[in-house]
Amino acid sequence: MTRASSAGNPRVALVQFPGSNCDADCIDAFKRLFSIDLQLVWHENHELPAVDGVILPGGFSYGDYLRGGALASCSKIMPAIKAFANKGGAILGICNGFQVLTESHLLPGILMKNAGQKFICEYANLKVVAGSSVYHKSLSGKTLRVPIAHGEGRFYVPDAELKKLQDKGQILFQYADAKGQVTDESNPNGATAHIAGIVSENGKILGMMPHPERASDPLLGSADGKLILEAFLATLV
Amino acid sequence: MKYEVIVELKDEVLDTQGRAIQQTLHRLGHEALGSVKVSKRFVLEVSGDEAQGLALVQKLAAEHLANTVAETFSCRKL
Repeated sequence: MTRASSAGNPRVALVQFPGSNCDADCIDAFKRLFSIDLQLVWHENHELPAVDGVILPGGFSYGDYLRGGALASCSKIMPAIKAFANKGGAILGICNGFQVLTESHLLPGILMKNAGQKFICEYANLKVVAGSSVYHKSLSGKTLRVPIAHGEGRFYVPDAELKKLQDKGQILFQYADAKGQVTDESNPNGATAHIAGIVSENGKILGMMPHPERASDPLLGSADGKLILEAFLATLV
Repeated sequence: MKYEVIVELKDEVLDTQGRAIQQTLHRLGHEALGSVKVSKRFVLEVSGDEAQGLALVQKLAAEHLANTVAETFSCRKL
């Protein structure tokens, strides 16, 4: 894949499902902060335009019926997205987008109802775990303040799968306290190993429950999300 | 013919709804109540003979109705 748009800008597709509701925030954040060619792709399309990266935004695609992301994973655009992923394409799935990625088997695990049953909308501190992907390197050593907003955000994988994620360095974000310490109290939804975000084995696909697009300006309470969006663009090269 | 699919969480996975229901019922004084497990029931109508129908239902359950990372399923003809 090459970065070959006329302006030399990275080309990114943002996929909209019925029930996506963080698409406008993503468009605003990316267009305000970066020079990119952003194209909107409706879920009924069978093909992706020629792009360097794909964003799956947050929301409640298909009303979260069956399970969050389950019906979206069967939508018409998904074979093209899977083919893009299989060619090493870069994908960023945020919140419901993360659920779509796990339900599509592009990332392992499942996002389940929060342990406390409640929908949680609050800032979370994300410890960046050590690893070798572009995301890990770009964000190394940081603790990022990024909001979460989900009812079904409890990442779950069985023990054997967790070990694989650890061994292959796929865990990117863990819920932590403000100092970056992973404590019992700093797990808002009961996620396995406090996991808030993981990458694929090739490091090109990131799924995360927190919303970096909502923390893209100091006026919003935090601009740490900008670093994550920047790291996504760095994976396009 | 109609077929039933029951999807439930694996025993080792936290059933948040079941726990909340159990705690509430227990608080109402039903002390004999042990655990509560919540499952989903799907009824699918499928044409063709039973062997083919059940095979299709099992495929749909495995690939879509259940997420086997955290859930198990069982299928039967009604």
